[in-house]
Formats: sequence, C-alpha cells, structure tokens
Amino acid sequence: MSTLHLDAEALYGELLAAMRALVQPGSALVGIWRGGAWLAERLHRDLQLAGEHGVITSALHRDDFSSRGLAASADPTRLPFEVDGRHIVLVDDVLYTGRTIRAVINELYDFGRPASVTLVVLVDRGGRELPICAACSAARVTLPAGQRLRLARATDGRFSFEIR
Amino acid sequence: MLARNNPQLNRHEELIHLLSIEGLPQPVLHHILDTAGTFLSVNEREVKKVPLLRGKSVFNLFFENSTRTRTTFEIAAKRLSADVINLDIARSSTAKGESLLDTIANLSAMHADMFVVRHGESGAPYLIAQHCAPHVHVVNAGDGRHAHPTQGLLDMYTIRHYKRDFRNLVVAVVGDIVHSRVARSDIHALTTLGVPEIRAVGPKTLVPSDLKEMGVRVCHDMSEGIRGADVIIMLRLQNERMSGAMLPSAGEFFKTYGLTAEKLALAKPDAIVMHPGPINRGVEIDSAVADGTQSVILPQVTFGIAVRMAVMSIIAGNTP
Repeated sequence: MSTLHLDAEALYGELLAAMRALVQPGSALVGIWRGGAWLAERLHRDLQLAGEHGVITSALHRDDFSSRGLAASADPTRLPFEVDGRHIVLVDDVLYTGRTIRAVINELYDFGRPASVTLVVLVDRGGRELPICAACSAARVTLPAGQRLRLARATDGRFSFEIR
Repeated sequence: MLARNNPQLNRHEELIHLLSIEGLPQPVLHHILDTAGTFLSVNEREVKKVPLLRGKSVFNLFFENSTRTRTTFEIAAKRLSADVINLDIARSSTAKGESLLDTIANLSAMHADMFVVRHGESGAPYLIAQHCAPHVHVVNAGDGRHAHPTQGLLDMYTIRHYKRDFRNLVVAVVGDIVHSRVARSDIHALTTLGVPEIRAVGPKTLVPSDLKEMGVRVCHDMSEGIRGADVIIMLRLQNERMSGAMLPSAGEFFKTYGLTAEKLALAKPDAIVMHPGPINRGVEIDSAVADGTQSVILPQVTFGIAVRMAVMSIIAGNTP
C-alpha cells in the first residue's frame, strides 16, 4: 500500500492556473485517451477556449504492440480542427516513461504539421526513458516502478487518483 | 467441438488466426468490430498508414482467383505498413506439382509473418495454420464452400453501422446458400451476435435443409422470406451452378428470387440491401435496387478494408 496522497482536484486547480499563462490564440488542447482526455475536456471549458478540444490515442503507434497486442478498448483519435499550423497542447494525467507521448506525437503528425507541440501533465512521476519533458506539471512524485498511477473521474466529474 | 479446442485462439482466448467465425466467442467478434471502427477513421486521414505491421511480411496466397478480395487484403496490409507479397500460386508452384505443405514450408523459409489464404478446398487454411511456424498467423480469405470469415465480419460491421443493435433484427440471406461460404460465415456470425430471426431464402436445390438445426428459418417463397426484414443479404448466383441442373435458367431465377423494387417493398421501409459482390445485375438483383437508396453495397467495400486491417493487427499482436 502506498502512503502517497495526491489531491487531484487541488492539482487540477494549479494546472488550470498555470495553463492560463501558457495558452495562446490558436492553441488547441488535445487530451491523451483516457485521463488526459477528461482533463482536456474540463480545461477547455474552464479556459473558455473557442471551438472543440481533441482526443488522441497512442494505440496505433505503440512500441510495445508486438508484445502487448492491440489495446482492447480505446476511443479512436478525434481531432475536430485543422492540425496544420496549430499550436497543439497535449494534455495527460501522468507522465512516466515518455513512450506514450512519443506514440501520440507520431499519431498527431498523421493528421498534419502543427506549428508547435507542448505537453502539460497533472503529475510527473519521473522514470523517463526518452528525451521528453513537460512544459508544465502540477506535481512531481516518485513511485516504485511496478506501481500504477492514473486519473479517475467520478460521475459528478470530480477527479481523484488511483494508485495500484 | 471446435469451441473447446479452437486452433484460432490462444489459451487466453485471444485470436491468433482467423479461420472461421464458427466457434469464436461474442467478445472476440465485438473486439474485431470495435477495432475496425478505429481503422475506418485511419482510412480518412491525410496519412492513411499506421506502423503496426512495420517490418512484417504478409503473403497473399490465392490458389483461387479473386481480384477484389486480394486487393482489399493488400490495401489493408499496406495501410498497416506491412510488406505485401502477392503470389499467383494457381499458376506457379501448384501447377508444377508442389504440395500445399511444401509450398508453405518454402514460403516460411522466406520469413513470412502472415499468410492470407484463398483456396478451393475447404479446410486448407486450417492445414496451413497447423503446419506453419508458431509465430506465423493465418487468415482465411475463403476456403471452398466452408467459410469466408472476413466477408462475414465486414457484413456484421455493415449491419452494426446501420442498425446499431443485433438483438432485434430480422435478417434474410437470399440466393445460392448451399454453395456460399459467405452465407455460412454470415449465419454463424449473426447467430453468435444474437440476431433473433435469420432466414435462408432460395429454391430447394440451393438451400440446405440442415440449416433448420442451426435455428435458421428456411423459406422457399421469396415474399415470405423478405417480408418485414431489416437486412437483406443477396448472394451472387454463380454461373457455373447453372450447368449442374440446379436451376432452369438465370432469367427464371431472377423472376422468382431476384430482388426488385417491388419485392424490396415487402421488407421494412428502412431495410438495407447488402451483397458481397461482384453483383450480377438482372440475375440476383435488379439495377434499380443495387443502385437505390437502400443499397449499402459500396459502403461494404469500404468497411471491408477497415475490418481486414482490424483482423490482421489483432492476430499479429497476439502470441500463441
């Protein structure tokens, strides 16, 4: 059992505040399925951004496909805007090895050539295996390698963290 | 028997070959259809390619001719970034007397990762799956009268796309059912997915009587067969059947079992008309129906690529 206590709602508040300085006209939020997609949906609303946010999945570009196979359930990528020339802000709940981000950037480029790609996350848990870093993270934690940390969303929309 | 020891599934009940829809559990079918939905959107992207099968070699082994099916498998494999090798096997090694298993052994020595097999003999893909190396996957692209599982799956994808739920549908399969591997695969899939009423419609010579044991309602009267149907699957009448005294003539068949606008009016107003292609206009289907608003024959072709991408990527990602 972990003694780690992460208040997802408080961290969300911090991320929202940091994001106000980060987004620029022409920015588009793209949440990484699944926790990141929930975050992007709420950030998009709270930041009162125009248009719609996007959802992206790493499933088709994962580097562990040959050992893990195709994920049983992932919503397909949905980017309801032109990717060419946009400032894309990728949103995820937890940043760990960086492999998901690598896969997602490849996925993004299948839709066009963005002007820039930035990454924001709720929690950075270290353990990077690729040269990837977030422009903004509301918390940094250290967890044992075998432990899984991910965002959960209650029916009323409130966030919490699952640690297993 | 097949369900208990199904060579298509590994011990985690995951798909490693696609040989037949018979014996596949419902969750496996739904997983394929869900995955196909993801690939359908890939086919609409600017870059219509994903790297899931990068570095893998897919061998199309067509012992029987089929330009359309072979092409859709080729497109599907290429959109998954595989290297595709098309072998016109009917005109090469087999003609020189090489046995099926010797052909497979030779192609395996060329480091094949997947075989897509069309063969005139029922069971040929099973034989290949049993004798190829453990890392090699086999997809049945039609074997004899036995099965055509990817056609069955794309038909299910089409039905789900237009009708959403299988559990309240009346589906009529019309025409030459006895010779049709498509009909067999469709009936197994519809049964597994919980369709409450499946009808097999056609003359006595072309509808096997043992279908009743599978819970299928056999109708020799066309009007009775399609009345109130949600989905009508027309089958191609194979010209070669005409010579076997199973039918008086193509014209006669069209008069009785050909789908015309007048007969289609007996089905539900929102019924969809499907056909595995290639269609024989004026034999099993009237042009006005084939080109009409209820026809989903061309969407079937589009969905077929996504379904084949789903099948290939799912089996390639599972280990024996």
